[in-house]
Amino acid sequence: MRALTNTRVFRSVFRHGFPSSNRNRSLVVFSSFFLHFHPVKVRLRAIRFTRTFYLGGLCVACFFILTVSGIFLMFYYRPAVPHAYHDMKDLVFVVSSGTFLRNLHRFTAHMMVALALLHMAWTFLRGAYRPPREFNWVIGVGLLVVTVLLSYTGYLLPWDQLAYWAVTVGTNLVAATPLVGQKIKLLLLGGHAINDNALLRFYVLHCVVLPMVLVLGIGLHVWRVRKDGGIHLPPEVRTLAPGATEAMATTSKEAAQ
Amino acid sequence: MRERDEELGSQEAARAGADSARVVVVDFAAPELAGDLSDEPMVMTFPHLLVRELVAFLALSLFLVLVSLFFDAPLDAIADPTRTPNPAKAPWYFLGLQELLHYYPPVVAGVLLPGLLIIALAVIPYFQVNVERPSLWESAPLRRLGLLWLAISALSTVFCFASALPVWSIVVPLWMVGVAMSTGALPWRGGRVALWLRTRSLPFWIFLWFLVSATTLTATGFFFRGPGWAFTIPWRDGIY
Ligand code: HEM
Repeated sequence: MRALTNTRVFRSVFRHGFPSSNRNRSLVVFSSFFLHFHPVKVRLRAIRFTRTFYLGGLCVACFFILTVSGIFLMFYYRPAVPHAYHDMKDLVFVVSSGTFLRNLHRFTAHMMVALALLHMAWTFLRGAYRPPREFNWVIGVGLLVVTVLLSYTGYLLPWDQLAYWAVTVGTNLVAATPLVGQKIKLLLLGGHAINDNALLRFYVLHCVVLPMVLVLGIGLHVWRVRKDGGIHLPPEVRTLAPGATEAMATTSKEAAQ
Repeated sequence: MRERDEELGSQEAARAGADSARVVVVDFAAPELAGDLSDEPMVMTFPHLLVRELVAFLALSLFLVLVSLFFDAPLDAIADPTRTPNPAKAPWYFLGLQELLHYYPPVVAGVLLPGLLIIALAVIPYFQVNVERPSLWESAPLRRLGLLWLAISALSTVFCFASALPVWSIVVPLWMVGVAMSTGALPWRGGRVALWLRTRSLPFWIFLWFLVSATTLTATGFFFRGPGWAFTIPWRDGIY
């Protein structure tokens, strides 16, 4: 391993040696495009499992799994009536591991909505929504809406009875908006009924527009977590013996939220 | 790093029973700057945080792979606009809304209430910032108690009489939250639980109400609704 990290090729890619010194460990994070949204050092209290349950991080993980499995699904799927439905049948009965692929994409999508809701609830209960993080909370609400929309637009794509009628319920609600409702429905469906046009629009929204919005949003959100001072931590309460300095605190516990 | 003597801190000292002990509350206002100066323990992101993230990711992936191997996603008959299934249920995260549709016309259930919910969520951190210490009940507790129950009565009226049926899934959580909240105004000292309840902020209670109502509505829609959106018992009639 050590020898490998000293080769010219490795160094041309990673720029740092084997991470056995703190300097190199810093460089692992600092010099990587993908990792540099993390600071080089973090507070020990901030990475405790129960602090965040890594719920936000797991939302990102879900999005990653969804992107990969979604790209595979796109190879087998045509957004047209009635091909869409037959492609799903083929996926389940003909394509090798097709059922698994479809299951994974579908269950991960449900998981992501659930995790985003839990992340929101836990962030709130920890008090992390308060200033200076109030705007990141607002970005979070936006991410939740986009996540649900992604899940919802994907729901139509199999073109089965479940899909068709769930989307009918939804678009009828949209149509109930005063003044602009009918117009928005027309724009969304590309017609007055759910047909070929609607399927194509939902497909484009699901595979291109909404994922791009979500990637941007997640980037902004995670960047702001760091800019707002890292994970929110409650103040510490320390009891000091008479005349002691702070470093000699005898007990230390977190103040109530 | 800021130090301040807090109400909470002095209570802590009183409990310890040592007048001579000093209690400080250490608040890291700008931890990225204070981090290295304070004695807050720090660790290297690599390996400590990155390894934890990797483990969390692998655990999630394993779970999802196992679920995908043992359960199959539903695929119904091909879409048929002439044949409406009964009930036509949306995915679980919309069943709360669909449940509301049972009580209200689509403008209210599908546009007004979800719109208000999203706006309320977005503005929650902007109003009444940090009312936790001193507590809600510090000054004029009786007046605030009166205001609270006035607001609860108004909201109850709206959710009981503005629809064909009272929306119990919203009203009952409202009352429960109101009762839990009011314990803070009572003149008893109480134990740890009472102290905890007394120091919750107003946004906390509002959020709790949202959370419990939304969960109740969703669970009702998921487990207890069948054909014609009639009430069903899941262990007797099954889940639709
Ligand atoms: C697609 C959905 C989302 C993703 C991918 C995401 C991602 C993240 C990540 C990676 C973190 C770092 C801490 C952690 O892992 O928990 C975080 C923190 C945070 N998130 Fe989210 N999030 C999402 C949705 C939301 C929602 C719906 C809200 C609230 C309405 C929200 C509000 C926050 C706040 C306030 C923080 C800062 C927490 C702190 O400083 O302790 N996020 N998010």
